Amino acid sequence: MAFQIECPNCGVRPAWEFHYGGATRNRPEPQAPSADWVEYIYSRSNTRGEESEWWYHRSACKLWFLAERDTSTNHVLETRRFEAQENVGG
Amino acid sequence: MPSPMWRQHELKESYDVVVIGGGVHGLATAYYLTKLGVRNIAVLEAKYLGFGGSGRNTAIVRSNYRTPEGIAFYDHSVKLYEQLAAELEFNVMFSQHGHFTLAHNERGVTGLIERANNNRMVGVNSRVIYPAEIQKLVPHLNVFGHSRFPIMAALYHPPGGIIRHDAVVWAYARGADRGGAHIHQQTEVTAIDVHQGKVTSVRTNRGTIRAGAVVNATAGYASTISKMAGVPLPIESHPLQACVTEPLKPFLDAVIVSSTLHVYVSQTDRGELVLGAEVDDHQSYSIKGSLAFLEGAATHLLELFPFLANVKVLRQWAGLCDMTPDYSPIIGEAPDVKGFLMTVGWGTYGFKAGPASGHLLAERIASGKTPKLLEPFGLERFANDCLVGEKAAASVSH
Repeated sequence: MAFQIECPNCGVRPAWEFHYGGATRNRPEPQAPSADWVEYIYSRSNTRGEESEWWYHRSACKLWFLAERDTSTNHVLETRRFEAQENVGG
Repeated sequence: MPSPMWRQHELKESYDVVVIGGGVHGLATAYYLTKLGVRNIAVLEAKYLGFGGSGRNTAIVRSNYRTPEGIAFYDHSVKLYEQLAAELEFNVMFSQHGHFTLAHNERGVTGLIERANNNRMVGVNSRVIYPAEIQKLVPHLNVFGHSRFPIMAALYHPPGGIIRHDAVVWAYARGADRGGAHIHQQTEVTAIDVHQGKVTSVRTNRGTIRAGAVVNATAGYASTISKMAGVPLPIESHPLQACVTEPLKPFLDAVIVSSTLHVYVSQTDRGELVLGAEVDDHQSYSIKGSLAFLEGAATHLLELFPFLANVKVLRQWAGLCDMTPDYSPIIGEAPDVKGFLMTVGWGTYGFKAGPASGHLLAERIASGKTPKLLEPFGLERFANDCLVGEKAAASVSH
């Protein structure tokens, strides 16, 4: 818990100001087989190492943004805004 | 010279059952397997016995869960714990002085009433009590004094209590060793071989072992090990922090839990107060503690026991909790990989369940049939939409 995240709006802040939104992943098409939906709803990559994630600046600017974090050390390698055109899933 | 609690062995080329994880779940599984006559067993532990969740939990035992499936399962565990010292000839220091889950709002009280009703339906001793009785049973608790979140009711569960967690691990290890199981510490699994839908061998840093069955009994590593066998899990690992204070004169024999205040506390036989919180918000494999946790835990504890203001914290630590979507564990054989079994996804409630999980999983392995108490907890329940929702009774309330 004791780490810092750089919010694209507010700069470097302690992690407890943020809410973790989970790893990015692709949502199946509405008509996809139910096995794909079970996989999407329940399975988690639970990566040990670098992962691309959603974070939310709960205690300040309320921005949802993307972060690359090493889950074994909590070191945040990069944060950036979500661009409306990109398909990152979540 | 006293004989060691368990022996060291060369790694054999082949075992009937290879258990991955030298904590209470893995060792209990091995011990109960030896009792059923399955003796060619290896328990592989990457570090040392009890390094993971078994040595990092807050040693609370209880069965006042929410669902009939969960209550029956944890009740089996409490009953095994009650007999454990005699069964294993080892003092596990189980003290059943009662478990109190506090409610500070009306919704909380409703939840406690539901749990009390379900508990009694399954035959578990549990009832809702109100401030006057709470104060009588826990005289030092701040029931009627000034409080930001006054106590409105409590779920009183007399069989709940605390146990010496390391002793449980060592006792099962000695029992498994005496039964013929090989315990291999500092033996890390690097790969699991699956051939035509059946598990065949386990590769380790000390060599490859052929295995009839492989049991994933790890926490914090459950997803990593399962991926080696090609079995994805609905698990996300989160750190949970806890701390212990300097020893005080005995004043608290009960376990006190508050979901609203995100804190649970008990006093050990040495007099130290053990405090824990809810899991950290984010997925992580880092087990570093934080000042934010200590500040939160201290603030909340002082709501319950204001006179502890000058007590010093001795140490703090964290463990990894493998959280499932319904806050219930995953036990049984992987649907698509024969011989690959698991007792994983134990979230924040694994230690209290170790004896039941080991006992029932051993029966499953030895007989090939799934015991009734295990039926609700298979991995297939997620695809079948048959979740066992325990969040209301499992989160925070350890």
